[in-house]
Amino acid sequence: MEKKKRNLILSVVSILVLIGFIIWAEECTKAFGVYNQRIFKTCCIYAICALSMNMVNGYTGLFSLGQPGFMAIGAYVTAFLTVTPSDKIAIYKIVPISEGLANLNAPFFIALIIGGLVAAFFAFLIGFPVLSLKGDYLAIATLGFSEIIRIFITNAQGLTNGPTGINRIPNDFMNLYVLCGILALVVIFILSMMKTSYGRALLAIREDEVAAQAMGINLFKHKMLAFIISGFLAGIGGGLLASLVGAIDPNQFKFTVAYDILLMVVLGGQGSVSGCIAGAFIVRIALEKLRFLDEPINFGIFEYPGIGGMRMVVFSILLMLVIIKWRKGIFGNEEFSWDKVFNFFSKFKKAPKKEVEK
Amino acid sequence: MLVIPTMAELLQQVCNGLLLGSLFALVAVGYTMVYGILRLINFAHCDIFMMAMYIAFFIVAPDSRWWFIGFIIVIAITAILGMGVEKIAYTPLRKQNAPKISMLISAIGMSYLLENLATVLFTGKPKTFPQIELLVGMIEIGPIRLQRLALVVPIVTFLLMVILLTLINKTKAGMAMRAVSKDLETAKLMGINVNSTISFTFAVGSAIAGVGAILWGLKYPQISPLVGVMPGLKCFVAAVIGGIGNIKGAVLGGLILGFVEIMAVAFFPSISAYKDIFSFAILIIILLFRPNGIIGEKIAEKV
Repeated sequence: MEKKKRNLILSVVSILVLIGFIIWAEECTKAFGVYNQRIFKTCCIYAICALSMNMVNGYTGLFSLGQPGFMAIGAYVTAFLTVTPSDKIAIYKIVPISEGLANLNAPFFIALIIGGLVAAFFAFLIGFPVLSLKGDYLAIATLGFSEIIRIFITNAQGLTNGPTGINRIPNDFMNLYVLCGILALVVIFILSMMKTSYGRALLAIREDEVAAQAMGINLFKHKMLAFIISGFLAGIGGGLLASLVGAIDPNQFKFTVAYDILLMVVLGGQGSVSGCIAGAFIVRIALEKLRFLDEPINFGIFEYPGIGGMRMVVFSILLMLVIIKWRKGIFGNEEFSWDKVFNFFSKFKKAPKKEVEK
Repeated sequence: MLVIPTMAELLQQVCNGLLLGSLFALVAVGYTMVYGILRLINFAHCDIFMMAMYIAFFIVAPDSRWWFIGFIIVIAITAILGMGVEKIAYTPLRKQNAPKISMLISAIGMSYLLENLATVLFTGKPKTFPQIELLVGMIEIGPIRLQRLALVVPIVTFLLMVILLTLINKTKAGMAMRAVSKDLETAKLMGINVNSTISFTFAVGSAIAGVGAILWGLKYPQISPLVGVMPGLKCFVAAVIGGIGNIKGAVLGGLILGFVEIMAVAFFPSISAYKDIFSFAILIIILLFRPNGIIGEKIAEKV
């Protein structure tokens, strides 16, 4: 009982501190820095994408790499609907846009949701053929679909402006309140969904497909549900990314993006919301903060000339070290809890000597 | 839309398809061998392929008279590189019995490392692969004009496949490889040195990728740090089409993919911009009817 009370107080306090921090970061632009603000925003968006992948890979135990395709759909729909008609006519130079399409326009939030819904619809269509595949076959099939979507976008010039992409995307709503708010909504949605029978069915499928089926769980229906939700969230993430960056082109959604997101999910811990968010923040912040390696540094005694690409070399070495150390990800497949934090620290107090394995 | 090519054009395209298909097959074999033994998609394979191209550039370009010896050295170095990748990225995780997904992340990390190491060491500026006149020169057979490569590549691929299948089916090392791929734990109990068998598999797979890289470089001579990514994905698709883990399947998949890509453009030139879609479309269509690839065996589900 006391522990419960303590945890509740700690949770409330930390949420308040977090809200305070967000307000400070948004309002005191000078103190926090525009650059840091932007990193924070990118982190939030990638956290949504990581949660989207976690829905399928972490909870349902399917191995899907289709995220870039759904992100591209969300991004393009959102971009298409938010760019003003006159801007659209100016952007589409090679193949002019038709009058009717140019006049399609929607406010940002409606465009974002439409983007998510279109991505979810595509997930529904793709799910039919691929969801019966197993393991790595599913991964390569979803990756294939994602590439098909990208190639289609590259070539459908009248609709997507081809390889040039769409720019002049308005970013009026790209402040931390909106991004953190959407992230919080997504987290609440996922956590509450995982408490329903649907969520538990997904976990059952992850643990043992055959046993789940024997318990009367409709495998296809539940896998499809997870896939559609994942597509919707990826679409939202893509739409936010388009709006934040302000310009999109098909090459931003290459299949390697799926690897980046997979990285965040596995690094944080598959099947854990807090893990995915932590993974997304760690990867994005590490990638940005290692940028100093690409620039010259003066150590006094000798000068480091700054080699382009060094940042990624160090990042990939760090990545491999981390995954070799925490092979189940930082959070495993469990959620963050205060009890674990206290246990973690009390372990240090009681046994300062490092445990010898085996 | 549909363009019916003349007989000569068709023959020419068949040769091109065979050339591209054999190139795909060579790289696909490396994916399939590693998958067969570790059940792991070796994302770093396409970067080993890229590194082999750079190694060939640095060894053969300064003096291309000794290209044959140069290429053999390149293949040997690539094999060592492949073993190194396995030792650094996969062995530590394998020893801890880590979940497969962690090994996959380690593979992605290795892939990033090789790509960016190449950027740091060789800069992102594209280089030109040394052109060996004997191999890239043109020959005319009746109405068709071909690069000599179009004859060399399928022959090399065929010979390598025969050697590889003999190695796997007839020798002791091959038997060890088959045993490890069937059941790693039991193989260990039977006194098979699992570590060296896996190293050997990586070495063979990478050496074949080295051959593939050299031939690929002769056909498409531009080298850059990301040159392996797209061929890598296509070859992986080829391995999956044939049934991943199966060497004959990888060759079959490579040939199918090469032919589809060339023939799609030959018959429908108006949609050649979409040619990459065909490879993925054929992948999905084949997986719909054969969920484990064309000649892949069904993995038994344990309850």
